[in-house]
Amino acid sequence: MPLKVTHLTKIYGSQKAVDNISFTINKGEIVGFLGPNGAGKSTTMKIATGYLPATSGSVLVSNLDVAEQPISVKKIIGYLPEHNPLYLDMFVHEYLNFIGKVYKIPSGLLKQRVNEVIEMCGLHLEQNKMIGSLSKGYRQRVGLAQALIHNPEVLILDEPTSGLDPNQIVDIRKLIKEVSKDKTVIFSTHIMQEVQALCDRVIVINRGKIAADDQLKNLTGKKQNTHVIVVEFKEKVLTDDLLSIAGVTKIVVDGNQFRIFSEAATDIRPELLRFATEKGFSLLSLKQEENSMEEIFRSLTSEVIA
Amino acid sequence: MIRIFAKEFNSYLNSLIAYLVIGVFLTGIGLLLWVFPETSVLDYGFADMETLFSMGPYVFIFLIPAITMKSFAEEKKLGTMELLLTKPLTDFDIVLGKFLASFLLVLVALLPTLIYYFSISRLGNPVGNIDTPGVIGSYIGLSLLAFVFCAIGIFASSLTANQIVSFILAAFLCFIFYTGFDSLATLSSASALMIKQFGILYHYEALSKGLVDSRDVIYFLSVAGLMLLGAKTVIGSRQW
Repeated sequence: MPLKVTHLTKIYGSQKAVDNISFTINKGEIVGFLGPNGAGKSTTMKIATGYLPATSGSVLVSNLDVAEQPISVKKIIGYLPEHNPLYLDMFVHEYLNFIGKVYKIPSGLLKQRVNEVIEMCGLHLEQNKMIGSLSKGYRQRVGLAQALIHNPEVLILDEPTSGLDPNQIVDIRKLIKEVSKDKTVIFSTHIMQEVQALCDRVIVINRGKIAADDQLKNLTGKKQNTHVIVVEFKEKVLTDDLLSIAGVTKIVVDGNQFRIFSEAATDIRPELLRFATEKGFSLLSLKQEENSMEEIFRSLTSEVIA
Repeated sequence: MIRIFAKEFNSYLNSLIAYLVIGVFLTGIGLLLWVFPETSVLDYGFADMETLFSMGPYVFIFLIPAITMKSFAEEKKLGTMELLLTKPLTDFDIVLGKFLASFLLVLVALLPTLIYYFSISRLGNPVGNIDTPGVIGSYIGLSLLAFVFCAIGIFASSLTANQIVSFILAAFLCFIFYTGFDSLATLSSASALMIKQFGILYHYEALSKGLVDSRDVIYFLSVAGLMLLGAKTVIGSRQW
């Protein structure tokens, strides 16, 4: 079992940052660790990498306890910390060499391995530059290359795409997807699209507790018991008239737009069109709202607060 | 440990720090030893290197904290400390690597002063009339003093994320250890000798006489060891 967290609790002073969480991640899985800021994602990752100790509970990486055998665990983990700290005055090549040596990669293999990760992370044009002179996107690649240099079994990435522009985000995601083929990956984010783009499985964490732990498709399916249709008419329409349409359960007025709720089983769109033509209204727009990760995230993380 | 040592030493060489330290030290000592009339060996008329060994520690009080101040403070500020601590390295590897790199840099700065020894011994009348055992003892003493100062600097750097705080703290501690105890001893006559023995100066002067006593060497090594242990404890304190 690459990663097994059992009853993990971390208390800072009087604040419970992580509150008795347990989960297991199987070999080859890409798991998204989702939660609002301050939910305990980074703390959990810091404990798993041996940087911080747990107040109670344990983390096993490949059946090794992080608290008992920190050095052996650190050897099989690749870790990209939040904000991606780097030695800005080192050259890309020099830096990767240094990290490789820290992992005790034999010097005969090191040169080849450095070139491999440089190629893998698309750094070949930048490899002789100083890290401080690289753009944020390339620095992130260097951070990722650093985490991959010793070919770790488990890859832990803490907000790998934060602060990047949309193109860079897509690039980094592609890269993560690529390098993670034969690895177990856990990464944290508070961007929902990221999870949809990358993961098989999501763990939603809120206020130090696990709010959901499921396959992505189950999670999107689970919440889908109501449909929401957003419509806009040219003319003034009374909500009571709309409510009289069969299948409509609730209406929320949002400026000129109406958000019409209905049972998931019935599609009310044909009814709506008929309604508009019968009454002589001109329909400006009609669209079905996707039950997106964003909403799932909001409903999961606010449920706990309520 | 050796990886951290190599990386640290390289970073000294790749930045201005190493050249500045070596340049300032040699210029300062060179001026004192050869040019400034009050301390110049040429005006003094005796073939000895007293100036180097009496002024050297004062130069080190400012120079060594400047070398060591960034070792942990900068890593903490940049966040690279987390990077290092999540690599398969023990806390002691990191502390020792950084310490040895700074000590080696000081030794490299000290090395060219051997030319002064050669020059002065040639200038002696008759040629070679210099207290060689005394000079050897003094070099050992100065190296051990640098050893302790580096350890103090590393300890001060581990305490803070601010390089200026680290520098001031280290310079102050070095000063206290070097002459502070000696001055303190003059305040109380009853236990003066004991207090004196806590300070570096007492042991440093003993070594300068050319007599390498194991007690003095052990004193230096244990103060340095204590400081490094302190640094390791501070680094490990995140685990508490």
